[in-house]
Amino acid sequence: MTDLLTSMAKYAFIILIVFYTYCSFIVLKGRKNRHSAAYHLQGLIMYTIHLTAFVLIYINTKDINIIMLYLAQVAYFLVTKAIFGICYGKKLSRPLLSNMCMLLCISFITLTRLSYDNALKQFVIVAVATVMCFFIPIIIKILKNLPYLTWLYCIAGIVMLGVVLVMGRLTYGAKLSIDLGFFTFQPSEFVKILYVLFIASLLHKNQEFKRIVISAIFAGMHVIILVFSHDLGSALIFFIVYVFMIYVATGQARWLAAGAAGGSLASIIAYKLFAHVRVRVLAYKNPFQLGVIDDEGYQVAQSLFAIGTGSWLGMGLYKGLPESVPIVTKDLVFSAIAEEFGGFFAISLILICFSTFLTFIKVAMGHPSMFYKLTGLGLGMTYAIQTVLTIGGAINFIPFTGVTLPLVSYGGSSILCTLITFAIIQGISISIPDDIEDKEVDDDEE
Amino acid sequence: MMKNNLDNPLEQDAQPKQKPKTKKKKSINRRIINVTMAFTVLFFAMLAFLVHFEYTDADEVINNTYNKRQNILAQSVVRGEIHADNGEVLASTITNSDGSESRTYPYGNLFSHVVGYATNGKSGIELFYNFKMLTSNSGLLELVYDDLTGKKDIGDNIITTLNVSVQKAASNSIGNNDGAVIAIDPDTGKIIAMVSKPDFNPNSIEDDWDYIVNSEGNTCLLNRATNGLYPPGSTFKTFTLLEYMHENPESYGNYSFACSGSLTEGDSSIKCYNGNVHGAESLMDSFAYSCNSSFANIGLSLKLNNFNSLCSSLLFNSELPYDMSYSKSSFSLKSGASTFDTMQTVIGQGKTQVSPLHLSLIACAIANEGTLMKPYLVDHIENHDGKNVKQYKPKTYKELLSKKDAKELSEYMRAVVSYGTGTKLISDSYEAFGKTGTAQFDSSDNSHSLFMGYADNGTKKLAICVVMEDMAAGSTWAVPAARNVFDAYFSY
Repeated sequence: MTDLLTSMAKYAFIILIVFYTYCSFIVLKGRKNRHSAAYHLQGLIMYTIHLTAFVLIYINTKDINIIMLYLAQVAYFLVTKAIFGICYGKKLSRPLLSNMCMLLCISFITLTRLSYDNALKQFVIVAVATVMCFFIPIIIKILKNLPYLTWLYCIAGIVMLGVVLVMGRLTYGAKLSIDLGFFTFQPSEFVKILYVLFIASLLHKNQEFKRIVISAIFAGMHVIILVFSHDLGSALIFFIVYVFMIYVATGQARWLAAGAAGGSLASIIAYKLFAHVRVRVLAYKNPFQLGVIDDEGYQVAQSLFAIGTGSWLGMGLYKGLPESVPIVTKDLVFSAIAEEFGGFFAISLILICFSTFLTFIKVAMGHPSMFYKLTGLGLGMTYAIQTVLTIGGAINFIPFTGVTLPLVSYGGSSILCTLITFAIIQGISISIPDDIEDKEVDDDEE
Repeated sequence: MMKNNLDNPLEQDAQPKQKPKTKKKKSINRRIINVTMAFTVLFFAMLAFLVHFEYTDADEVINNTYNKRQNILAQSVVRGEIHADNGEVLASTITNSDGSESRTYPYGNLFSHVVGYATNGKSGIELFYNFKMLTSNSGLLELVYDDLTGKKDIGDNIITTLNVSVQKAASNSIGNNDGAVIAIDPDTGKIIAMVSKPDFNPNSIEDDWDYIVNSEGNTCLLNRATNGLYPPGSTFKTFTLLEYMHENPESYGNYSFACSGSLTEGDSSIKCYNGNVHGAESLMDSFAYSCNSSFANIGLSLKLNNFNSLCSSLLFNSELPYDMSYSKSSFSLKSGASTFDTMQTVIGQGKTQVSPLHLSLIACAIANEGTLMKPYLVDHIENHDGKNVKQYKPKTYKELLSKKDAKELSEYMRAVVSYGTGTKLISDSYEAFGKTGTAQFDSSDNSHSLFMGYADNGTKKLAICVVMEDMAAGSTWAVPAARNVFDAYFSY
């Protein structure tokens, strides 16, 4: 009976998520809030997937706490959607809110299936963080001097990264976080946001060569500190975001060429200089090679076993072996999802992440101010690169870098910062002046 | 369709506007779209990669002993069958009336090592192609139907390159002795037969397991054809011969030696087998008669470092091109070795260790004009309806020998059969080539009997290595065994 239920649920998940994904692109088109029906369908799909999955989880664990957690999560979704909707009204980006809830839903299901304790902890962080983030859009709308706090963003970012570097040095390791008991604080996650704000505010009014040089010096400082902290995944994100933001701010394609050349050179130097980079490249080339599979290639090999065994349709909830994948709640959460929910579901998940990225960009393009355009673009790119690094690493599309999947992976700092990012985008969305909004709509309609 | 939907708003937004007021904004948006395009390409490249992985590579990847999901798959898939080249079933799973499953092997002990076993751990093809048999390519609809009706999927079948009659001939020719036979089609690398004795009955391995693992010195689980290491005996003279040819490319044809039954150099002395005295002989005679004195004489003239690198290039001390389990051969003679060690090693005694698989690959390369094809055991995989889902094609491993060397060696190996130690292989239906060997493995003259070589009837070839443990001369035991296998192969 359970088997039949699991199988039916498996197919239901695939059909539902495909519909959801389709809607997530439909709603990107044209006038805001024109797609009421699509939003309602998306909501319905999310609640159905959530309920079905938790029924299966309960059947498999017979743990009464699961029911409590489920009810709390439903309450969270209802309240979040209602409050954001009521308070921020029609200027809120509803596609973004929908996707945020859907990704959180997938995260809650996957984490609960993998580890109840992690899921509970994650849920508490999400709930608290959402309350905090609720105020961010209104702050952005009210505070008019945000574009001018250039050096505050810069100094705060560099100090935070510096603290981690020094602490890492003191403990002789790659220490990327500061333990605060219940919450492990990972400054590089927060600095990703500060960094985007810094570059946006430095370049939004003035793109002279002198400014570019200043931006390069301070962006370079961020990247170098990250490299010395052995956080190469973040260093890569910072670098790419910088190059594209410079290009958009100045309109000069030569910065892209310079970035590509510099990036290639830096990759070669990093390969020669750092043993852990060579390890990742070795694992990327052939994770299954004898000797490599036990050691350097272990993570990627186990990830590919999970994804490959799951195949298109997935094994079904509790029918796979995601526990055998290392760091499965964090960097390789995608593999766990692909194993039990299947390849079709996994592809849909990638497309949902992609539509989230497009939503970021759409909001950024809608705002008249250069500062918010650059901020939205920078945060969007950060989100997209992080997604590609995580999923691409899990499927061995690119070398594994050890980055988390935004909103889905377990991890306090990561989830908090992603929620802040989403809130900032909502802030940009609601602070788009009405007249511009109308014109934009006209433009869209042609 | 999806792409259209998402691109539309961006594209339309991007069209140049006449209003000067919005011009700057538009050009920025244009650049933002450019960046978005770059990321779109990245996302879709990643999607394409995932689709390609699931569609093409996943089956291959998950078929790995490091994948821990076999028991999970076994719950939903009936393990597929293993077949011989003509469709004979070598292993199949029978579902009993109570729903339990048991694995049966209709040929009993005959294929025990190469097919392997699937309970109490796994070995052989059962191990290496484990996930293939636990994968069902019955088609998406049937899989969904099975899933929803609670029926188990039927796993794919493995069609091997093994031939039942050749395998039987190989097994019979060793009889109740210990040893191994491996026979490979040198043109393709298809393994036609692989026998190792003592063997076991895979049907009763579960019951016999405790006895096998607890009885001292019981090595019946060891696949001697791939994992057994033996002193090569006189088969090694093939390598010595080749090195001598390389070092004396102009003059080796003029070599002559007067054999008095033994050769003494300093304190060291080598005797010919059985005290034979070969008299005046050429290089070819020395090889054909397997004259120890003459080869010790040759060996003492060789540049040992060059010899060592020749042996390395011929797969000693290195990985073999074989996917399943095997043991590495070893050769350790280097310049500075003592006279005794040199004389011993060049005639195949000493510390050299070789697997039957390795010797058969050398025979393959000689038979195939120097080109070694990668040996393989599985011809294709089909689903339970007989639809081919994966074909394994012959692959070139490497030019192991030059064409000239291969041709020259084959002439010397032909001499062994036409007038030397291998005359029992003279046949009307094929032409055989080879080298016999008698390898002492202890000081009391106990020896293994070996043969490596191949036969050609003009349309097809078969390379072979036979090892029979604790017997006498190669010509007495291993050569007739090889003959049985050739006869079986060329008569079907």
